[in-house]
Amino acid sequence: MSNFFDSRVARWLDDRLDLSPIKNLVEHKKVPIHHHTVWYYMGGVTLFLFLVQVFSGILLLMYYRPGENSAYESMQFITSKVHFGWLIRNIHAWGANIMVLFAFIHMFSVFFTKAFKRPRELTWATGFILLVLAMGFGFSGYLLPWNELAFFATKVGTDIAGVVPIIGEKLKIVLRGGDDVTGATLSRFFGIHVAILPALTTVLLGLHLLFVQRQGMSEPEFFEELPEAKKHYIPFFPDFVLRDALLWLVVLIIILSLAVFFPWELGLKADPLASAPMGIRPEWYFMFMFQSLKFLPPHILFFEGETLGVLFFAVAGIFWMLIPFVKLQNGSINESKFFTYFGLATLAFMLGMTILGYLV
Amino acid sequence: MKSQLQLLKHLTALTIFMLTPYYLMGQDSSQSPGESQVNTCLECHEVLEVMPEGYSADDVHQAAATSCVGCHGGDATNYDMDESMSPAAGYIGIPSRQDIPKLCGRCHSHIDYMRTFRPRIATDQVDQYNQSIHGKKLAEGDQNVAECVSCHTSHAIFPADDPRSTTYAINIPNTCRQCHGNAELMDQYGLGHDQYDKYATSVHGKALLERKDTGVATCNDCHGNHGATPPDAESISNICGSCHLNNLTYFKQSQMAEDFDIHSCQECHGNHDIQPPTDQMLNTDSDTAICLTCHSVGDAGAATAFAMYRDIETVDSLYTLAQTKLKASQTSGMNYAEIDYQLQQTKQNLIQMRTLIHTFDTEEVKAKGADGIKTAKEAIHLAEMEIQEFQTRRVGYGLSTLAIVILAIAVFLKIRQRDEMLKQQ
Repeated sequence: MSNFFDSRVARWLDDRLDLSPIKNLVEHKKVPIHHHTVWYYMGGVTLFLFLVQVFSGILLLMYYRPGENSAYESMQFITSKVHFGWLIRNIHAWGANIMVLFAFIHMFSVFFTKAFKRPRELTWATGFILLVLAMGFGFSGYLLPWNELAFFATKVGTDIAGVVPIIGEKLKIVLRGGDDVTGATLSRFFGIHVAILPALTTVLLGLHLLFVQRQGMSEPEFFEELPEAKKHYIPFFPDFVLRDALLWLVVLIIILSLAVFFPWELGLKADPLASAPMGIRPEWYFMFMFQSLKFLPPHILFFEGETLGVLFFAVAGIFWMLIPFVKLQNGSINESKFFTYFGLATLAFMLGMTILGYLV
Repeated sequence: MKSQLQLLKHLTALTIFMLTPYYLMGQDSSQSPGESQVNTCLECHEVLEVMPEGYSADDVHQAAATSCVGCHGGDATNYDMDESMSPAAGYIGIPSRQDIPKLCGRCHSHIDYMRTFRPRIATDQVDQYNQSIHGKKLAEGDQNVAECVSCHTSHAIFPADDPRSTTYAINIPNTCRQCHGNAELMDQYGLGHDQYDKYATSVHGKALLERKDTGVATCNDCHGNHGATPPDAESISNICGSCHLNNLTYFKQSQMAEDFDIHSCQECHGNHDIQPPTDQMLNTDSDTAICLTCHSVGDAGAATAFAMYRDIETVDSLYTLAQTKLKASQTSGMNYAEIDYQLQQTKQNLIQMRTLIHTFDTEEVKAKGADGIKTAKEAIHLAEMEIQEFQTRRVGYGLSTLAIVILAIAVFLKIRQRDEMLKQQ
């Protein structure tokens, strides 16, 4: 890579654009090596999967036609007539799920290694917003094939938005583009999926990556405490990037295999007049919230159970995003341990509720 | 003994009289018996437990407030049995068989009255009955033939579209069997008595009695009901044609119908025991060829039959092959919607060919067969393409995975090389 900066092209560019920050990054960025190094790859894989989503999404966009009478038909056309359409659609569907999975793994690995702490508060916050946006991508994209299951899942999902106090009903109408899930909802979700969310994601992802590059790799406490002689690093370019690339290739093979051997069903076309089919479930990453809301009693004190549940998740989400700013005053509590137990409890709650959601 | 029973009856009547609320007694006497709220006939008969055989409280006449007196006469408002069941009150008792059609016709032949119950009800039943074999025989004094109650019952009459009715489509074969399955009775008229048994094994009978398909032909669809008469040779075709319209149209235009006006559907298909037709009925190379009943191998008729058989068989075998290919495509998880569509077209062509044989025109059948061959071959072609695509995907997956694996190995080797280099530094 350093050879590149000696090339005539690089010199020509350097004269005009000053490539020294990039040169510095390439030549000096290093990655600590310890027994938690594996978690450093999670963000990179999520980024790679996001790029796969962008690429496959753009290809789908060539043939997908939003609309009550064209969305499902165009999906049928894509999966049956368009060359490799079936592959692109399945890569997009599988890629979405795996991306959200890696985003969660990335978030929890950052949490448990305490990498969110000062000075990386903003990196954490932008990362959390990116995860929320990824879930928004999932929710809006789920409806786009306009099949029976997606239709009713969106109905349930937007109903939940409707219980938010004061603004809930208005929010539901804005999301649906009317009182009910109709073709207007589909157009709206399409716009959200291919324009609004990508725009927001681009800005936040740009900031997130910028912060990461500015701050370098986070070093866990135990690594920081090691004597300098015992600290091992590898250069980011090309050694860490090569390892990243190897993992990306493995993930690509996994997605390809899933797309070929476990293709996603298109299902039946949505029929607003039909009764809801059995087994309507949200995507797996919404399951912990969905299942928790189901467990709540209809009324808790003067509030509706569901309203309280939705408020709880909203507050919990904001708290989670702002967790780097939490300072424990009481010196008797080990802050590091407190965060570990809090993270474990959160993870156990999410996993437990998700498993229950699929069993009950 | 008889006077004791009489006394008991009077006492019972008196008890009912005493117990009946006053307002019922004060009814307007100008009200006709049929419209009366009081039915003393029913009240006494229920208490005495001398109800008519097969009586149903849901009987259509009971529900329409025609009540007992509508047929039996008498006064249903009077609790005095002697008075209410006296000739002076119009009581006629059990009507004689000869009188029944006339009695029913008092209401059922009057459209003004009948349409108060059902605006589109027919009122020609008695007229039709009088012209039927049953009606004529009854008029001659024959006590064995069917009249209204033989089919409709006396006291459990329901509209024909009510499944409880003896004249509901599924119940009709059994209703007719009551007389037409009685060998002793039918022998008197020189008629067979195995029609029900034959019908039950026929394509129509199985559909009606086993699958409960009320759309298929049952006894009255061919023989009529009130005007029941055996259909003659020419009318049989018209009767079958009331459902099998295309077959009749083609047949009537055919040379067969022109040259031999005695030909009718039943000559090839039978009557009560009609079986599902098979292509083998045309195969003059086999013993099953129905055409060989009249024709002989080598004559023009047999040649026509065999030519039609061969064309149908060609399309049918292609259809079967295409179905196998469709299944292979389905089990591979490939798209089969268009193959299925082409197969439906072939099936449609086959059905049309099997209908067109009633033209006895080989050219017509061949032309339709050409369409069938085209759609079947298209289905086979599409299915083969899907199966080919399935293979291509497998190979493509294998090759692309191999390429990615090679790339991954190259990256891995590069990492190792770099690690070695870093160690040496």
